[in-house]
Amino acid sequence: MSSIIIIAITAIVVLYLGLYKVKSALLPVSVLGLLGAAASLVCVWDKNISYFNDMLVFNNYAIAFSILLIATTILIFLLSGNYFEKISSNVAEYYTILLFALSGGVVMVSFQNMSMLFIGIEILSVSMYIMAGIKKTDSASNEAALKYFLMGSFATGILLFGIALIYGATGSFNLVQIAGKASEQPLLFYAGVIFMLIAMTFKVGVAPFHFWTPDVYQGAPTLVSSFMSTVVKTAGFAAFLRLFGSAFTSVPAIWTVTLVVMVVLTLLIGNITAAFQQNVKRMLAYSSISHAGYMLIAILLLGQASPNAILIYSVAYSIASVASFGVMVAVKEQKGSDDLSAFNGLGRTNPVLAFVMTVALCSLGGIPLTAGFFGKFYIFGVAIAANYTWLIAIAVLMAAVGIYYYFKVIIAMYLRESENSESIQLSLAYKFVLIFCIMITILLGIAPALITNIL
Amino acid sequence: MINYITVLLVLFPLLGSVIVAFIRGEQAKNIALGFSLIELAMAILAWTKFDYANPDSQFIYNQPWIESLGIHFKVGMDGISFLLVLLTTVLVPLIILSSFRKEFRKPHALYALILFMQTGLVGVFTSLDAFLFYVAWEAALIPIYFISAIWGGEDRIRVTFKFFVYTMFGSLFMLIGIIYLFIQTPGHSFDINQFYQVALDKGTQSWLFWCFFLAFAIKMPIFPFHTWQPDTYTSAPTVGTMLLSGIMLKMGIYGVMRWLLPVLPLGLMQWGQTALILSIIGVVYASIIAFTQKDIKRLIAYSSIAHVGLISAGIFALNVQGMQGAMIQMISHGINVVGLFFVVEIIFDRTKARESYLLGGIASKAPVLAATFLIILLGAVALPLTNGFVGEFLLLNSIYEYGVWYAIVAGLTIIFGAVYMLRMYGNVMFGKEGTASANFTDVIGAEKLVLYAICAMVIFFGFKPQYLLHISEASVNNLLEIIKLKMQ
Repeated sequence: MSSIIIIAITAIVVLYLGLYKVKSALLPVSVLGLLGAAASLVCVWDKNISYFNDMLVFNNYAIAFSILLIATTILIFLLSGNYFEKISSNVAEYYTILLFALSGGVVMVSFQNMSMLFIGIEILSVSMYIMAGIKKTDSASNEAALKYFLMGSFATGILLFGIALIYGATGSFNLVQIAGKASEQPLLFYAGVIFMLIAMTFKVGVAPFHFWTPDVYQGAPTLVSSFMSTVVKTAGFAAFLRLFGSAFTSVPAIWTVTLVVMVVLTLLIGNITAAFQQNVKRMLAYSSISHAGYMLIAILLLGQASPNAILIYSVAYSIASVASFGVMVAVKEQKGSDDLSAFNGLGRTNPVLAFVMTVALCSLGGIPLTAGFFGKFYIFGVAIAANYTWLIAIAVLMAAVGIYYYFKVIIAMYLRESENSESIQLSLAYKFVLIFCIMITILLGIAPALITNIL
Repeated sequence: MINYITVLLVLFPLLGSVIVAFIRGEQAKNIALGFSLIELAMAILAWTKFDYANPDSQFIYNQPWIESLGIHFKVGMDGISFLLVLLTTVLVPLIILSSFRKEFRKPHALYALILFMQTGLVGVFTSLDAFLFYVAWEAALIPIYFISAIWGGEDRIRVTFKFFVYTMFGSLFMLIGIIYLFIQTPGHSFDINQFYQVALDKGTQSWLFWCFFLAFAIKMPIFPFHTWQPDTYTSAPTVGTMLLSGIMLKMGIYGVMRWLLPVLPLGLMQWGQTALILSIIGVVYASIIAFTQKDIKRLIAYSSIAHVGLISAGIFALNVQGMQGAMIQMISHGINVVGLFFVVEIIFDRTKARESYLLGGIASKAPVLAATFLIILLGAVALPLTNGFVGEFLLLNSIYEYGVWYAIVAGLTIIFGAVYMLRMYGNVMFGKEGTASANFTDVIGAEKLVLYAICAMVIFFGFKPQYLLHISEASVNNLLEIIKLKMQ
């Protein structure tokens, strides 16, 4: 709980710092605040504290995911050194809104009550609507914001509808009590579950509710896209799993078929469309859809291993995404484009950047000895244990397609020549974040036990 | 020290790779050669301590890696593994030495990748844990992809990418199989002995068979999964081609022997004959295509498909001659094909031509090359008293036991193979002087050294094949007993 308060206070302080034009203090204050919030979470590890009549419960699941969200945000902030200042003069807004979004994310992973879930999702979403449109004069950014806002509002309505139906069926917002009374009014209850399922899959960008993702990712400033594809997605999946894992497990899972169809669709659409993209940012947007498909497998087959599988997948995915988006921002800054051809010859002009990108893409593609491999490995393990071998056959085929498009970038970097041979200069913090991400990726690729057993 | 020899063999090249990666300039290749020679010395040391009579793995090193999943870093060598480790450790220094005269862009990166690949290869041949096996399997693929794609010839990007995606695809299916078997193991472990204890029904084994077979068949490659191979062999730089054909394709054969046959014997009963027929089709098909090739590198690539098809057929025949023949033939083929590709590289380096009609009359200008080439070639076509003969004889014998007609088809093809190889030799070495080979000069320095070393091995193991056969004998018999027992 104290972490949410710390994040919110930090956000307000940063807003005021912006008012008094203390630009140089924005980043340090935000990062310090986030470190404080993370520390306060570490202190309550294993304590299982609940707040406000079980509205929020900070069990280890919530803490692990909250720390992941906070850590990802810190990394993105460190990358954004000069980035935001180039886009707009109101830099403080960025930090503030992202911090607010993060506090929404923490609420989402620690909720024990449907109303808190709704509040968390709304805090996160409203912040992201603003962030998508923050480049006020850019038409792509405006389009992204409008699209995101309209479709997101629909999803919110559907979510509320679902919560209302479930409340009607069980008479409670509390997850534990819902689980206890789930079978009393099956018709009402199942209708509510399906509504909530649709809303949650929309929020995490699963097909067929994925249409907003590529446009929004491409229209929004790149670092905001990276925030969306990491923090927002992780929070969404953690909430999704928490909801389905604790409230809906006591009744037969009639939503299995629906979810299976969604998984297959998401894997196919995400990967195959990504394979045809010439723009790296858009390719990463589609690939993020496909990753949602893999994570959805763990939710589909709710089991003991699911939380661990989702956790390691999100850690691997978030870290690798931050690194790859980071490299992309650097490349775009110099070459003015984030097309595939902008990466030509990067291996010669900037060996470090190219190496970072290679490891990050290998992790996203699931090559062994990177964290991403274990993400997929756990997910596949969950599915094979549940005898969903045919589903895994599709997932594996799609993983091969994934390797195909990730390696297109690697090929461009190492095997194609570029016209200009200037190398890209990076600030110290930028280098630190990239190297840090790579080290974590490789470390978890060799010793995943560091995080696999904590839940 | 000797108890840790296996893990040292696996990890030492990795250390070398990291060090070489930071060395700029010409020294990189010398240091890489040094590391590979120390590795060879370690392998020979292990040879002196190796217990021939023991069919089980020796020098086992076992450390928990990911305890919660039952994953161990478990490596060890029985006779089958040890022969292939020997092959790897002998060939890598030769391959490095063979590239000494060539100028590469970024030599440190190339040699670091070669050493990294050696870690993957030795890892594959020594893993006693399915998970480790998979990781090593991929760790061997990634460096060779970059070697072929960065230093390769024309059209390299497309060709090597096809190779990479193709093999990756196969290994992902193997991953499914491994995870499935892991879940079935009694103790939830990736340990090979636990895998051997899994008893599944026929239907399950039959689809698992294909999960594994696909990965191995693509790697070898067996018809019809071979389409990546000729292009990749041709466009890769010669060091890459040597690594691919000399060592890497043995990963597939080894995988069949170590994992496929003993773990899934019922699947084998169902599909073994199909696999054998595919292998023999590969022999015939590749030989016919090789006959029409003008590019000598491509010709050798196709002849390699034919050879590997015969080896694989011998294994699926499931008898002692077949297995032992496969073992010794893997070694001989590794040595010979590296020699052949090296000769092609020498010729290409001087003439910039690989087409046999542009070449000719080289023998009079380069007698040393002509003589050594002839010896290697005779080994490759399995003349008696060369290293290729024993293996081919045993393999044909085993196929004969399995079915007479298979042996007739395969045997005739092998004779056919001798024809096109010798015809190629005649065209290139004798005949009218070609336009490209007018100013040919004979081999010198490091080239000579490599060729002499290979010829020495061709002749020595032709006379004394038992030095190799003894190493794997106990393990092969043991393996066959396990399979036969589980088939009943």
